[in-house]
Amino acid sequence: MHIQPILAALKKHKLATFLIAMEIALACAVLCNACFMIAGRLTAMHRVSGVDESALGEIVVTGFDPKQVDDLNARMVAGLSAIPGVESVHVVTSVPFGPQNGVNGVTLDQKHYTTVVEYYAGGPGTPEALGLKLLAGSMPEADDYQALPGQDYFPASSRVLITRALAQRLWPGQNPLGKEFWAAKYEFRVIGVVANLAVSQYTEFGERGADWSVFVPAQPGGSLLGGTYLIRAPSGDLERVMTQARAAVAQIAPDVVVDHHYSQSIPTLRARFFAADRSMAGLLVGVIVALLGITAFGIVGLASFWVAQRTRQIGVRRALGATRADILRYFQTENFLIVTFGIVVGVVLAICINLLLMKFFEVPRLPLWYLPVGVVVLWLLGQMAVLVPALRAASVPPVVATRSV
Amino acid sequence: MFGYYLDLARRSFRHNRVLTALMVLALGLGIGASITTLTVLKLLSGDPLPQKSVRLYAPEINPLSKDSTTPAARLWEGWGNLMTYTDAMNLLHARKAARQSVMALTQAKVAPQEAGQRPFFSNGVIATSDFFAMFDAAFQYGGAWSADDDEGRAHVAVIAGFLNDKLFGGQNSVGKILRINEHDYRIVGVLKPWAPQPRFYATSLGGRGYGNGDAVFMPLQAAVVDKMNPQNVNCFDTGFDVEHLDTAPCAWVSLWVELASTADADAYKTFLSSYVAQQISLGRMHHPETNLPDLMGYLAQQRVVPDDARLQANLAFGFLLICIVNTVGLLLAKCLRRSREIGVRRALGASRGAIFAQFMVESGMIGAAGGVLGLIFAELGLWAIRHQPAEYAGLAHLDLTMFAATFVVALIASLIAGLLPAWRACVVAPAPQLKAA
Repeated sequence: MHIQPILAALKKHKLATFLIAMEIALACAVLCNACFMIAGRLTAMHRVSGVDESALGEIVVTGFDPKQVDDLNARMVAGLSAIPGVESVHVVTSVPFGPQNGVNGVTLDQKHYTTVVEYYAGGPGTPEALGLKLLAGSMPEADDYQALPGQDYFPASSRVLITRALAQRLWPGQNPLGKEFWAAKYEFRVIGVVANLAVSQYTEFGERGADWSVFVPAQPGGSLLGGTYLIRAPSGDLERVMTQARAAVAQIAPDVVVDHHYSQSIPTLRARFFAADRSMAGLLVGVIVALLGITAFGIVGLASFWVAQRTRQIGVRRALGATRADILRYFQTENFLIVTFGIVVGVVLAICINLLLMKFFEVPRLPLWYLPVGVVVLWLLGQMAVLVPALRAASVPPVVATRSV
Repeated sequence: MFGYYLDLARRSFRHNRVLTALMVLALGLGIGASITTLTVLKLLSGDPLPQKSVRLYAPEINPLSKDSTTPAARLWEGWGNLMTYTDAMNLLHARKAARQSVMALTQAKVAPQEAGQRPFFSNGVIATSDFFAMFDAAFQYGGAWSADDDEGRAHVAVIAGFLNDKLFGGQNSVGKILRINEHDYRIVGVLKPWAPQPRFYATSLGGRGYGNGDAVFMPLQAAVVDKMNPQNVNCFDTGFDVEHLDTAPCAWVSLWVELASTADADAYKTFLSSYVAQQISLGRMHHPETNLPDLMGYLAQQRVVPDDARLQANLAFGFLLICIVNTVGLLLAKCLRRSREIGVRRALGASRGAIFAQFMVESGMIGAAGGVLGLIFAELGLWAIRHQPAEYAGLAHLDLTMFAATFVVALIASLIAGLLPAWRACVVAPAPQLKAA
């Protein structure tokens, strides 16, 4: 295929060529960045919580007298356990995607705060009920679950589980087992490392990692453990159990208020936590579809116009011996050249937009492999859009050349 | 002539139905998307108290401990005007502003008097007496409590109209007793509907940024005595006792002041700096930086407009730009196809200006049609947004300004799109076109 005559023809239509190329360039820039943002949202939505989500839920009640907490815990655990289908009930502070409970800075030397972590606390058997995966060390034993004296947040010294990510953050490259850290006056010694335990309400702002969590074993009661209950039930039956559990609180403890927002199964809490990400991803997909559609129709419109304008020339070429395939290929090559021109500009534009987004929004750098993918998509789109007008051009009979218009 | 051009445009649209429909659809989609996101953005970045916002200021100080290396500007981005109870009360009692109020949010468990009704939680504000006058909260019945009630730790409360409707059927409930967080409070006032959007005073206190407002308001000092838990407590030093938040090194209250003029604001800034300097010399504080943004400056600093909303608006305008480029291309194709018609009109005496006007009228008509379609898309988009999981979702409605803006944007977009094709049309030389025929 000779490119020279195509370029010569395009020179006669500089403006129209330029417009299509610009449309392709803009589409390329928006496409690459929108796809990248969709990927970011989807990755966030697949965050690993480290617990058996499909079998867990929590019940949160408030408005009880702190002095009556032991009585409330006893009644709630007994009452919730009696619901058919409930495998176990544990008093906890929170669960992943539940209400944020204890977040605090920790120090390794009692002076300099290094890392902000989230504390989960729970009564005996909680790590097993959550389904935490132990990587090293051991789970807390019976006497690690200490009673909480008075108004203290934590026991003065506790033996805790931490996540792998937190261990790497606090002691990079070292064995974390047996190491200790402090939060205010409370001392924590690491006895086990678990694979994952996501923080409850992770945001990208601030200095917290998504998986920097500590599990503190403690006896229910005190100011720490009361009013929040972890329910374990068979996965298929979880929603029914949760509905029944929310309703049961009115009989178990008539004077407390059920927090209906957070008294949900973890799958429900998870879906709600990522609802904004899901709708943003959906919106971006919608924009991409509309964008590609509009660009394709723009190409169809202009190509049709060109074909109509050049009917005589096409007839002359056919009369001089060009085959239908030659004509078809002519328009396809022409479209390829214009789209390529647009893509070159578009790739530069895509990188510029990404740099702007990085400056004004918390968006990471666009990985370069998105660009070739966007380029291929637009090449295919251009070829598909031009096919109908090009086929119409190819079907122009040679006899047209002999007709005067 | 205008009527004639309209008629010409109508004929041309009928000639190229698919092409015209395509242009209107593209323009409508772009405009619909832009107006939808603009409405949301306008809602989110609105002025919560338009008549008052220039006179409201949020004093910001840095109470962090000695070894803190957090820069003050970053601290304020996260904390806003949050400060310790001690500092806030010192600044309040200095009474250097026309009005000042210290406040925090709390979950208030309200126990209805009637038997059979379950207790429920409401959003509660604990604040000092100037809160209502300073934030233009008007009363249906009764009024605010006094500064003496503040200092006397009086158990009095103001409730919102909607809570009054729920508990007392909308009757005047002043003087009635309400049991809040297991303590008795006497109602002294009932507010008219009052819910500034965004809920500027709540952003640093751990509350939602938007929504239908708070239900109960109680004096701060009385709530401290009753040990009501604030929504947001940030402790910055070791060895604190959370049971005594009024003396702990924890920031959990915010201070707002009303200042009549910028001169007063300068004077207040000087006062704030001298207060901090004095506290540093006493060894209570360690960082001299202070800041006094006004309400709108404060909202900008707190980034109350979610990044997602701004991102969506940018995306929508990028999309509109593509739609405009697309329309330019199609209009150009259309007008070049009509070169011969233009040649004839020119030969019959139409001036270049007349041809230009004719094509601009044509693109203006496409803009008007695109505007109507865009309005439908915008209503659809806002309907979708109202079903989104965002806290501002329920507030997204098209108002009169945005209704008008739709058509302005549509017309401007189509006229910009029409400029190039119209110019190309009017420079068509008549002779070759006639000859070719």
